[in-house]
Amino acid sequence: MSLGSHMLHLSVILFAAIFTDNILLARFLGMCSFLSVSRQVKTAVGLGFAVVFVMTFTITLDWFAYRFVLQPYGIEYFRFILFIVIIAAFVQFVEMAIERYSPVLYHNLGIFLPLITVNCAILGASLFMVIRDYNLAEGIAFGFGSGAGWMLAIVAMAGIRERLNNARIPKGLQGPGITLIIAGIMALAFIGFTGVLSGG
Amino acid sequence: MMPQKKTQDVVLTAVWGDNPVFRQILGICSALAVTNLVLNTVVMGAAVIFTTALSGLTVSLLRKWTPRVIRMMIEVLIIAFYVILFDQALKAYWPDMSRNLGPYVGLIITNCIIMGRAEAFANANPPLLSFVDGFFSGLGYTIVLCCVAVVRELFGMGSLLGMPVPFFSSVLWDRWIIMVMPPGAFFTLALIVWLARTIQVDREPKKGGVT
Repeated sequence: MSLGSHMLHLSVILFAAIFTDNILLARFLGMCSFLSVSRQVKTAVGLGFAVVFVMTFTITLDWFAYRFVLQPYGIEYFRFILFIVIIAAFVQFVEMAIERYSPVLYHNLGIFLPLITVNCAILGASLFMVIRDYNLAEGIAFGFGSGAGWMLAIVAMAGIRERLNNARIPKGLQGPGITLIIAGIMALAFIGFTGVLSGG
Repeated sequence: MMPQKKTQDVVLTAVWGDNPVFRQILGICSALAVTNLVLNTVVMGAAVIFTTALSGLTVSLLRKWTPRVIRMMIEVLIIAFYVILFDQALKAYWPDMSRNLGPYVGLIITNCIIMGRAEAFANANPPLLSFVDGFFSGLGYTIVLCCVAVVRELFGMGSLLGMPVPFFSSVLWDRWIIMVMPPGAFFTLALIVWLARTIQVDREPKKGGVT
């Protein structure tokens, strides 16, 4: 494969991860924090950046762990535990770094930073990476794209929900109900991107 | 009489009052994706019930010997242990299903319900009660997801459990392709949550409107 077509291949993976195969809207991963932290754009942006950052790095670490530790010894079934431990350790590290350098951000993200550990999107991205047999470059493109796609979705949702504060919504539909419906409409909109990839 | 009453309470709260999906909207991440077919959902539900019940039991058994500081780590390891068991068994005995579910079985580890039950209940209650709580939390969750799956498969494919349903599989019924696609899952779940919450809000006017 020439360098040009290689770059094209990577950008297709990146684009697909952000839009057509959005990890949140098409794969339903990372819903918990999506539903609970999407009230304010500011917090959503903060958490979004944290997810992009953590996902890109953990997918890289997980790729090395899978390729050089799990595969050589034939203990691939340990990947759930190993990946979770890597993610937890990495998040802990990021948390300490943010606390040290940006107390404001730390204050805003509060309880949700540790929640990244159990954010299914992070582990899910790594598991997809294994199933689809990505190489390192593809994995990084996929991890970054998935994180960016997740961030895009949660920030858009937070923007919509800020406006919703003034809307009159039936009692039973308030909170998660209406958020799910908006997510459905967003998912529909994202499906519209499918033609861009297959047509090109 | 006392313990029986308590068990009943736990069951009712787990399945209805505190249903993880209606009330807390937790843990739908790892499972909405498999609600396109009822069969997939049932297997996934079985995996969740298996894991919540047994991890509840184990966490509760070990609670006196677990140091507070590292309990989260221990809980994750216990949960991962059961998930690996299920995943390997599925791979060995039902490889097609294992392929269908893809990474989602592994993602049960990060399912907030299981961790939530371990933290909120199993940590402070005797083993048997924790087992019951875990089992029924998993069951409540599975029931909701099965409702979503039934709607999606019936309207989207005209079948249930892979078998054609008379009216819906005939030419009279225009299949709703949207139900097979991801947005269908969001809409269906939203409607079910709406329904359940409306009923609950009516019943207890004081406490309604969580988040």
